[in-house]
Amino acid sequence: MQFGIFTVGDVTTDPTTGTTPTEHERIKATVAIARKAEEVGLDVFATGEHHNPPFIASAPTTTLAYIGALTERIILSTSTTLITTTDPVLIAEDYAKLQHLTDGRVDLMMGRGNTGPVYPWFGKDIRDGINLAIENYHLLHRLWREDVVDWEGKFRTPLQGYTSTPRPLDGVPPFVWHGSIRSPEIAEQAAYYGDGFFANHIFWPASHTERMINLYRQRFEHYGHGSADQAIVGLGGQVFMRKNSQDAVNEFRPYFDNAPVYGHGPSLEDFTSQTPLTVGSPQQVIERTLGFREYVGDYQRQLFLMDHAGLPLKTVLEQLDILGEKVVPVLRKEFAAFKPAHVPEAPTHASRVAEAGGPRDTTVHAAGDDVTGRSPAAVTR
Amino acid sequence: MTRVAVVTAGLGQPSSSRLLADRLSDATDRALRLQGERAEVTVVELRDFAHEITDHLLTGFAPPRLAEAIEAVTSADAVIAVSPVFSASYSGLFKSFFDVLDDGVLDAKPVLLGATGGTARHSLALEFALRPLFAYLRASVTPTAVFAASEDFGTAGAGTSLSTRADRAGRELADLVLQRPRTAPTDPFDNPTPFEQLLGS
Repeated sequence: MQFGIFTVGDVTTDPTTGTTPTEHERIKATVAIARKAEEVGLDVFATGEHHNPPFIASAPTTTLAYIGALTERIILSTSTTLITTTDPVLIAEDYAKLQHLTDGRVDLMMGRGNTGPVYPWFGKDIRDGINLAIENYHLLHRLWREDVVDWEGKFRTPLQGYTSTPRPLDGVPPFVWHGSIRSPEIAEQAAYYGDGFFANHIFWPASHTERMINLYRQRFEHYGHGSADQAIVGLGGQVFMRKNSQDAVNEFRPYFDNAPVYGHGPSLEDFTSQTPLTVGSPQQVIERTLGFREYVGDYQRQLFLMDHAGLPLKTVLEQLDILGEKVVPVLRKEFAAFKPAHVPEAPTHASRVAEAGGPRDTTVHAAGDDVTGRSPAAVTR
Repeated sequence: MTRVAVVTAGLGQPSSSRLLADRLSDATDRALRLQGERAEVTVVELRDFAHEITDHLLTGFAPPRLAEAIEAVTSADAVIAVSPVFSASYSGLFKSFFDVLDDGVLDAKPVLLGATGGTARHSLALEFALRPLFAYLRASVTPTAVFAASEDFGTAGAGTSLSTRADRAGRELADLVLQRPRTAPTDPFDNPTPFEQLLGS
């Protein structure tokens, strides 16, 4: 099982001090947090994508490439990549390049985004959200698997004899997760391709996540990718920890009460009982997290939201120390003990290359052959 | 058995909106009984859910108690909705409740509208505020909507009294319910659109 963190890159005033980081400070803090995540033994760092203040989460591949250069082991992912408003041709190029630079430490999570004006800013219509996600991903999927693509759709200019470069590392595209809070169409999409499904999980009641995951698992089996319990599931989580649980509650409460998403709404107590948010001791976090598998089944990836709502960098790094030292080692052991042998681990570049029969160089050295749609060494998966 | 959900947004305890809502549900029950049916009434006093409705606006999901109330309203065979008139329209609390419902949950739902106010000068709020809201929600609204001014609770004019109007509205709601074929709501999680169809659309 993979453990990691995901960030939305919000620039938020610390409600306890009234100080707000600059963009520069927040961008550098994000890098420090990612390096810390690797240092404490986490498997995944994922960043969101926003194109408006108060976020610093634009240009995700720039951030991830820089982090990739400073780390050795951690998987770099997105949470999410805006498949609706980003040209799939650019996604194909950017993330294949990132894959090469980081020796395959890349996967992606597709999402539609929740900021209405982003659609018109990028020339799209929010009412096409689902259709954009479906058509754009279908093109991206082909660009990574076919050397020469002829394509025509509703939402971008047609392609004739187009080869996306660089070709995916070792002939194996990055693994893709699809994230959605409430659209069954996206669970259906993930199941159709045999991709992963990531449930944000943190803002909604567990019963809701359970329905989305169940649908994805059933449809994964329906499309012949394996049995329902072999589908690839990721979950979000949100925790704040101190050795003494009351200290955690006291320290986190002002951040909760003023948080951008749910602040000035439900009480901390109501929200912790209604969503997976856990504020308390490491042991409480362990117990709550282990409980997730009771309603989603054995799953492959757990990401925690740690750096938001104005929490200072120092606190976030302390939280990562606790997560890495006290929580994740126990969770690894306990989850592994529960997991039946036929349930796969989260796909990695290495496991996908092995499954494809080994690495193959798929460099397209010359203009593609637009009669066969192939370069001399074809991508086979 | 006909399940009738009563949504009332009065803030006083007791409130005149609740008094009107009770008269409307009694009238509906009497009209149903004349046709061999009975009403099973669930009352949702929005005052009791004021905090949860605000939480829902902010977080995007209903806390458990509010989720139950919403389920009672959206699964009912008929809805009676009563708001006090505040500043020439329905109250903010009343609107907020209907704002947090999912799209389409009141499609073709038989609805009886009521409103209360200090004077009958506000009575047209039913027609220029509540009725358009429920038209947007695609509910099936009775021709008669009932306004109760304070003085109506002490007036007994023949033919135009509050009870006469409530009885007429109750009959109209009962007729709407009994004419309407009962269909279970469809759940997109039970019958997902196959992907090939999504891809082709």
